[in-house]
Formats: sequence, structure tokens, C-alpha cells
Amino acid sequence: MAEPLLEVRGLAAGYGPFQVLHGIDIEVRVGEIVAVLGANGVGKTTLNRALSGLIPARAGTIMFAGRDITLGRHDAIVRAGLIHVPEGRRVFPDLSVRENLLLGAYLRGRATRDASMERVLGIFPRLRERLRQHAGSLSGGEQQMLAIGRGLMANPTLLILDEPSLGLSPLLTEELFTLITRLHAEGLSILLVEQNVMQSLAIAGRAYVIEHGRVALCGPAASLAEDPRLRAAYLGL
Amino acid sequence: MRLRLSALASVALASVALASVALTPFALSSQFLVNLATLTAFSAFIGQAWNISGGFGGLTSFGHAAYFGVGAYVAALITTRTGLSPWLAFPAAACLGAATGGVIGFASFRAGLRGSYFALVTLAFAEAFRVIANSAGFTSGGLGIHLPLRPGIAALQFQDRRLSYALVLALLGLATAIALQLRRGRFGARLIALRENEDAARALGIDVVRVKTTALALSGALTALGGVVYAQTYLYIDPGIAFGTERSVEMLLVCMIGGAGTVLGPILGAILLHAIADTARLWIDLPGVAPMLYGVVLLIAVWLLPGGVVALRTRLDRG
Repeated sequence: MAEPLLEVRGLAAGYGPFQVLHGIDIEVRVGEIVAVLGANGVGKTTLNRALSGLIPARAGTIMFAGRDITLGRHDAIVRAGLIHVPEGRRVFPDLSVRENLLLGAYLRGRATRDASMERVLGIFPRLRERLRQHAGSLSGGEQQMLAIGRGLMANPTLLILDEPSLGLSPLLTEELFTLITRLHAEGLSILLVEQNVMQSLAIAGRAYVIEHGRVALCGPAASLAEDPRLRAAYLGL
Repeated sequence: MRLRLSALASVALASVALASVALTPFALSSQFLVNLATLTAFSAFIGQAWNISGGFGGLTSFGHAAYFGVGAYVAALITTRTGLSPWLAFPAAACLGAATGGVIGFASFRAGLRGSYFALVTLAFAEAFRVIANSAGFTSGGLGIHLPLRPGIAALQFQDRRLSYALVLALLGLATAIALQLRRGRFGARLIALRENEDAARALGIDVVRVKTTALALSGALTALGGVVYAQTYLYIDPGIAFGTERSVEMLLVCMIGGAGTVLGPILGAILLHAIADTARLWIDLPGVAPMLYGVVLLIAVWLLPGGVVALRTRLDRG
């Protein structure tokens, strides 16, 4: 069994008086795709934000690559190689595609930046054609590709994707999941936070189902897909 | 490609037009027109200074008079209390303006203030400075400070108004060059990224407090230079002139009218604002009409021109 890359133990987090996460345990091993599933409002985005240091953890520990990053600042966490591609309006619309990508390599030197740029443009040839355009003029699918490309510019060891299929057509979602598999095949570890249960389970090795800020179910993706409790708990069937 | 060419052509055309408008006053002997041009260029300059943090960084400030006043008082105190050359007021004001912006910025951004909360805090700082200047001894309180008339370039006092105009134009050039560099450079990209999506920018490891504080310090330094020019031109300042809200409103207004966060916005905004305000002043001779007019212009700008004059072109292009 591969060594653990990310180990989350008893993580609690929230906003003001609202406690959203009540003690979450999650693990990602080197070279895995792990899916975190759950309906709207169960705390998936809060989990992401806590992992990447955007909001402080109230309890528990987060270990990443053997280091305790529980109280780490977001820039230190990025430097350690944990990159979070946030959900929502994901790109900087007034900046060019090129500027958006370069911002992803904010903490790195020029030589590695140029190498990353070539690699990312190799993965997303459509971005190369649009380097000088404003990111806001891209289609929804292209913007999502740009957001992922920007995350890759930081040369992550673990990429956290927060609802990447949100708002994409079924065809584009298909393309996106193919891409995630390809990145995984190149050796990237991925934490995939999604509402799209079946497609996520199809590409993930293991999965966690979150309900009311707690892990309700976890296990190998293949067996979870068959688990009647998943259908009951999550799909409401 | 056609689109790029036409965009280039319109930028070139606009630059030529602006340059010829900017240079005309040198050929004029009419004091009125030279004064009007100076006031316009001055508004454009302090507007551009506001634009650095308020436009590109989206850090809407209602209290930029704080930096303006710091610069004005630095100039007044250097001239009246020391034997130093008034030219030294420029570096001194820039440093103090940057320090003021740095402190206000660090305190606000550290506390996570954004949007209207930040705007209110900046307003409060400017007001606090006004109250202090009103009661402190070294500022001569509410009496204000008269600068002695000593015409001459060494004393930074120009009898020929065209020289004042040249100085203001040079400062406008400096601020605009910085704005251009922001639009092209890495620091500017980080600043704009923070404005557009702070969470996404933080997720990339951008140090929010540092980038925002630097932008505000830079803007504060430039704005303080404006205060120096004001004190040296009008030779009298008091707490209301230096730290009053009207100055803060003027700065944000030219950006709102012209287009905040664009390089040309404050310049176009200043030209429009002065065309409107100074023409109106010829017709309506009432004290206090200017602030009211500013309010009306702001309402109209926000209502009819979201994104400012600069955004008109893209809006017209899209039909």
C-alpha cells in the first residue's frame, strides 16, 4: 500500500457561530484519486477551504506529505504542493489567459514557470490558441480548463478539484473526467470533490460520502457504487 | 485581426488627441484656460493615484484625502518651519504617504476588511486626521498654515501658470506610467486577480495582505505628492482643505466617470468632470454647489455609465 499523502483527522471547521464540519477523517495516498461526495450544503466546500488554509481548522489535524499543515498559511500550503482549484467563478476574467496561468506559478522561478507553461499548454492546446484573450471571453468549459491549468502551473503533488463539473454540459463533463484520469495516469494525486456521484465513482479508487459535516460512508469506489446505503443516504432513493 | 488593428488604431488616436489637448495650454496666454487645464490634469493625477489601489485593486476608498492632507502638511511645514528646500517635500511626502497607506492598509486588510467596511474605515481615518490637524499645535489648528510667497523655481512656486501645469502634467505622466506597468506587470496581475476573485487568488498562494497593503502604500505616496503640489500652488491649507471629504470624492469620482481600473479612465473622467463642473459654475454662482454637483454627476455616471466612459466603446461595439 502506498504511503499516505494527505491525512485528515477529526477536522472541525465553520464560519462564526456555524459549525459546518464535525470531525472529518480523510486520507489520500500517493497516486490515488479519492472522491468526496455529498449533496449541496453538507460541507464539501468548507472542507476544501479548510484543507487549503483559506479558513482555520477549529479542531483536528491535517498532515500533508509528512508535515503538519493544520495551522499553515495558505501560501505555505501552496508551496508545499497542495493546490486547490476552487469552485464557482474560477478564473480572473479581466486578465488574459496567459496572465491567469502565470499567476498559478506565483511562488516559482522563471525557468520552472516556462517549463510548466509548456506542459500545461500541451495538455490544453485550446488555451494556447487563446493566450492573449481575456479569460472572461472563454466558454464555460474553457474557463474550467484554464482553472485546472492554472492549478497545474504550481506543480502540485496533490490537486484538490472542487466541483469541477458544475455547470458543464454532459459532453464537457465527459471530457473533463477523461482529463482527470489522464492527469492521474501521469502520476498526480487527486482529491475530487463532486456532486456527480456515478462519474466520480467510475474514475476514483476510493470515496467518502459526507453528510451533515461527518463522513457517512467510505470505502473502495467500486463497492460504494453498489452500496444500497449510498443510494439511500445520498440519492434519496 | 481586424479587431486588434482597430483597437490599436483607436488607442493611438486617443493618445494623439489627449497629447494635443494636453499640450495646447502651453501655446495659450489665457490664464483661465491654463488654470482649467491645470485643475483638470490635477484631478486626473490624483484620480490616477486613487485608481492604483481603488481601481486596479478594487480597494474602494472614501478617505484618500488622508494621504493628500499628509502631503499638503508636509510641504507647508517644510516651507514654514525649516530652512530646507521645498523640493524635499516631494520625497518626504511620498515616504509619509506610503507609510500612512501602509499602516491603514495593513490594519484593515489584516482584519479582513473588504468592500464597504474598508471604505468606511478609510473615511474614518481621513476624518480622524482632520480632527487631529484641527486641534494639534504643530498644524496651527483650524487657523491653517499660510506659506510665504517666494516666487521662483528653487522655492517650488511658479509665477508662470504654465510651469505649474507642466509639473502637474509630469506627475500625471508618472502616475499613468505606474498604472500602465500595473496593467502589464506581475504585481498588477496579482492585484487584479485579488480584485476579481479573492478566494481563487488566495488558493494560488497570493499573499493578500501584502499585495493590497503595497498597492495602498503606492497609491498613498502618489496622492501625497498631489498634496505637495496643492500647498505650493495655493500657498494656504487648513484641515478642511487638506483632509476634507470633497477631495476624496473628487478622486473616486473621476475614476467612476472615466472607468476605474483602466489606464485612461481617470484622465477621461477628469476631462468630463471639469467640462461639466466648471461650465456649471459659470452659470450657477452658489457656494457649495460643487459637492452637490459631484453627487448628481456620480449618480448619473453609476446609472448610465457602469464601467465608465472607457466601457462605452466595448458596449457600443457589442451593439
